[in-house]
Amino acid sequence: MDIPKDRFYTKTHEWALPEGDTVLVGITDYAQDALGDVVYVELPQVGRVVEAGEAVAVVESVKTASDIYAPVAGEVVEVNQALEKTPELINQDPYGEGWIFRLRPRDMADLDGLLDAEGYQATLENA
Amino acid sequence: MKTTPLYQAHLRHGGRMVAFAGYALPLQYTSIVEEHLAVRRKAGLFDVSHMGEFLIRGEEALPFLQWATVNDVGKLKVGRAQYSMLPSERGGVVDDIYLYRLGEAVYLMVVNAANIAKDLDHLKALARGFRVEVEDVSEATALLALQGPEAAAILQSLTGVDLSARRKNDVFEAQVAGRPARLARTGYTGEDGFELFLAPEDAEAVFEALLAAGARPCGLGARDTLRLEAGFPLYGHELTEATNPLCTPWAWVVKREKDFLGKEAMLASPCRKKLVGLVLETGIPREGYAVLSEKGPVGRVTSGGYSPLLEKGIALAYVEKEAEGPFFVEVRGRAVPASLSPLPFVPLK
Repeated sequence: MDIPKDRFYTKTHEWALPEGDTVLVGITDYAQDALGDVVYVELPQVGRVVEAGEAVAVVESVKTASDIYAPVAGEVVEVNQALEKTPELINQDPYGEGWIFRLRPRDMADLDGLLDAEGYQATLENA
Repeated sequence: MKTTPLYQAHLRHGGRMVAFAGYALPLQYTSIVEEHLAVRRKAGLFDVSHMGEFLIRGEEALPFLQWATVNDVGKLKVGRAQYSMLPSERGGVVDDIYLYRLGEAVYLMVVNAANIAKDLDHLKALARGFRVEVEDVSEATALLALQGPEAAAILQSLTGVDLSARRKNDVFEAQVAGRPARLARTGYTGEDGFELFLAPEDAEAVFEALLAAGARPCGLGARDTLRLEAGFPLYGHELTEATNPLCTPWAWVVKREKDFLGKEAMLASPCRKKLVGLVLETGIPREGYAVLSEKGPVGRVTSGGYSPLLEKGIALAYVEKEAEGPFFVEVRGRAVPASLSPLPFVPLK
């Protein structure tokens, strides 16, 4: 399973990639593989203010619906509208074109509370 | 957890194994959508060995089956099969089944895996008044389903029997890849196809031969999306002990001109609900979601999911008989517009 070292992770299989004063959020390769074919993504409203761990988006695969949680508290500043027409981007490129939303964290330092690639790898091995 | 004779083959082909009706079976191999489309456009191969099979034979097999099932077994000729249901004493449905007439007084009944024990008890109790034997041969039977427009050509490459002479619902014996098999031109996908009843020790060789001949291995995920798109019922969802089959789109299966268990109760029980097919513009309806009209809640989704052909969410739902559209399905607190669809949801041959 691919786990890039340039970003942070949650135990609930989201990744958070810092870009300036924002973070891009998506789901991991492991998560997309477990979900199977993603066929619909419910995106949040831009401007929504969320707490860490709050359900922000929903990814629906053929099998099931899965909540996507905010890795840290902040404001949703952009959503990946390409997912409305091509939700399968999450399967095809989970760490790139398949990003789900962009968050402006209340405090960038909150990211330090997340897992790094090694820590995330360890949670998968212990699962 | 039980395994089917194809367990090792599933692992070898990358099957994602899940528990279903007490069996370890593949949910998918690569992708439910790809497997679904392979069946609609080419051919897919399913392991359905978890299904139950009962051999029913004896002098009074026919009158017994006329009593125990709702379709007209009297019309079933040797070498033919029919869809049917086991009615309950109260006029509900114990199970939906397929009945194959193998000989003059020999029938094979295929039942849902989750209902094997219940059906067997039910049938054995009913059989007491008849000179008939009901034998559970589920463990001794492997069952494959080869489905799709290319199914016949693929199977023909492995058997000497002329398949072009065989119609839907025919059942016959043949050698497939050198192994003895009972073949039926039946299935649960809405496509042309065959089901292959095999001895457990022959199942893997036939499975591999069919894959080598061009079929794609398909899992339970695609089996469910295919049957839903085809508008077929799934026991425990659209049909239950509490369902009056006369109030469903499958009322045609019930032959009122004959007598059967629970007939009076079935005829007397009024239809308060109707089954509808719904297509959503956005989102995926799931089992248990509420169906609303402009007046409020009118029913529930019994089977919901994604249609790979329509690329939309689709659902079978029971709504109040008098309910009128426009309908909505409540998805995570939002009322999503749902248009009525005829069944099947997609045009099928």
